[in-house]
Amino acid sequence: MDLGTRKILDKSFTAVGITSILLMAVALLVVIVPIFSGGIGAIFFKGTIEHRKLQYEEFGNGDREVIQRQIEESDIYRNKVFAMLGEFETELESMTPAESRKLRSSYKKARKVLSHLLGPLPGDQEPILLRYRYGTTRWEQAEEALHDLLYVTKWDYSDPTRMAKQYFVPRMEEFKGTSLAVFFPFMEENLANMMLPEQTFYWGFITERSLDAHIFGGIWAEIQGTFFLAVGAMLFAFPLGVIAAIYFTEYAKDNLFTSILRSANSTLAGVPSIVFGLFGLAFFINTVKVSESKSVLAGSLTLAIMILPTIIRASEEAILAVPKAYKEASMSLGSTKWRTIVTVILPAALPGIITGGIISLGRAAGETAPIIFTAAVSVGATIGIADVFSSPTPALSWNIYNLASEHEAANEIRHVQYGMVLALISIVLLLNLSAILLRARISKKLKG
Amino acid sequence: MQITAEKKESTTSVATESSKREIFLPPDRERVREGGTPHVSAKNFSIFYGNFEAVKKVNADILSKYVTAIIGPSGCGKSTFLRGINRMNDLIPSCYTTGTLMCDGEDIYGRYTDEVQLRKKIGMVFQKPNPFPKSIFDNIAYGPRLHGVKDKKTLEELVEKSLRKAALWDEVKDRLERNALGLSGGQQQRLCVARTLAVDPDILLLDEPTSALDPKATAKIEDLIEELRGSYTILIVTHNMQQASRVSDYTMFYYEGDLIEYAPTKQLFTNPKDQVTEDYITGRFS
Repeated sequence: MDLGTRKILDKSFTAVGITSILLMAVALLVVIVPIFSGGIGAIFFKGTIEHRKLQYEEFGNGDREVIQRQIEESDIYRNKVFAMLGEFETELESMTPAESRKLRSSYKKARKVLSHLLGPLPGDQEPILLRYRYGTTRWEQAEEALHDLLYVTKWDYSDPTRMAKQYFVPRMEEFKGTSLAVFFPFMEENLANMMLPEQTFYWGFITERSLDAHIFGGIWAEIQGTFFLAVGAMLFAFPLGVIAAIYFTEYAKDNLFTSILRSANSTLAGVPSIVFGLFGLAFFINTVKVSESKSVLAGSLTLAIMILPTIIRASEEAILAVPKAYKEASMSLGSTKWRTIVTVILPAALPGIITGGIISLGRAAGETAPIIFTAAVSVGATIGIADVFSSPTPALSWNIYNLASEHEAANEIRHVQYGMVLALISIVLLLNLSAILLRARISKKLKG
Repeated sequence: MQITAEKKESTTSVATESSKREIFLPPDRERVREGGTPHVSAKNFSIFYGNFEAVKKVNADILSKYVTAIIGPSGCGKSTFLRGINRMNDLIPSCYTTGTLMCDGEDIYGRYTDEVQLRKKIGMVFQKPNPFPKSIFDNIAYGPRLHGVKDKKTLEELVEKSLRKAALWDEVKDRLERNALGLSGGQQQRLCVARTLAVDPDILLLDEPTSALDPKATAKIEDLIEELRGSYTILIVTHNMQQASRVSDYTMFYYEGDLIEYAPTKQLFTNPKDQVTEDYITGRFS
């Protein structure tokens, strides 16, 4: 090949390489940016007076006097609204049944939307569910609720060849000529006065438990559950994996049995995680009965089985990469095999072993399928360390799926879903980062 | 297939030749009488890698407190023989031995021999400097600690003594806590010697200790061997015939697994008895 062609080939290969890396980076950005902005929105947002009220009443956060004063401030406007409603209700009473029938149902709908916005209205029953006891806690949700209050959503089915089109009709028109007509412009003008939005830094999203199935509150229970599961899995898998790797590299003879063990290990690494989940249910819960039903213990054991092959592989590679000369030197000084492994080989292989361990820890933290049947519940209390043997736990990975697909109010708690995703990604990234740093530190120490 | 078959034939033919030759060594009886006593003696000692006989029926006495050099072309079995003495070949799964190899009246390959105790007595320095990735102090202290020395004071004394013996103390005394991998190649090799000396062996096996070093570092190692002569029984495998003639009292010449000649160094280099030895030392093949 002549020099010209070679140079062209080199350059075009570089170009292809750079392009593919750039493509990856763009794809990553497309995924990361919404997750990041959405996730940050769970912690940093415009909170309404309802948010502060809830925080004070349920968690005891905030200054009582300030909140009291703000409630009084907003009540000035709210009371005006309630007065309008009262006036309209007496007006309804005085109408003939025929006149009032249509208005009554429209009024009922409007009232429902309003109670979603402001919280329970005078004359409502004391709600049982927490979500009905407070109005909207986030300003952007308040604005959406206002829109729902001001406009009725209708669908245009006139053209059967096309998809139905959405359009909005002002709700005010239904109440034309009644005393409630002034209510709608008043709401539009005074929403901010009623809700008192403020920039809020809600650190409690990370440190507090959730209330009423994640409609309010934070995700501490999930973070803690993830932590318990992942650390528990490591407690089982890491020692076992390293010991197995030592066996494979230092003790196993090259025979059929060993090669079967090796290929079994490789096969395990490729088994889909849902299979491990079913295995965990069938083996740990139904057969061995480590716990009555789902528990952190059963989940940790299942995750441990799942990450074991990775840890074995990583440790094996790390041990094999230790120069043979170290082993020879140690043996020639009169060291036993075991002593050599503990004092020379393992320390030299430590960076690789730890990297493999932490990456597996990240995987255990992020895996969903193995814990569905063995450990995870969608809504649960924060558990103590003593409960891990018997009680299940909410966990980030499972709850992300659950909130996005099965939650009854999935649309209203997008910020919680994004917040969880961000929390999980941050945890895994932090773990990987610490692996890199730790590795660099130990390698530096080894190299001198 | 054919090639391997041929090779096998040729090796067997040499083996039979060598058994006909019947060299019983060492020949320099005078020096033995002067105070040289056999330290390691091989009788019909062979080392096999699977089916391949790497060292063939060697009969030799290695004399106590003398420096014995082992020379020969690549693949002649000289390193294998050396590693056979402290059973480093045990690390190779397919390796086994026949015949006997005695050290201080004890069978090295005896059924009840503790190879760990044996290796403590027979230290080894390898071709490539191989300090542990630990501090200089910990490198030297590794062996003593292994054998139960815990007292810090004793360890410090031992480290200093060993480093002084290896002529390294003055260069590293201020940085004992530094990682040993930061030393130069020659220093690392002397560190390895010091590390071996720290367990107080009787025999030192040096497996081409200077082949990875520059001439200056090589000279230092040779000086070191000169220093240690008389205190230890030293065996040194080397490719460098000048080195062998400089440092050793006796020289063994191996060829294709056979111990061809074993004589006082001066005699072997000036008046070799065997044609093959002469061809080798005069550089007709290597």
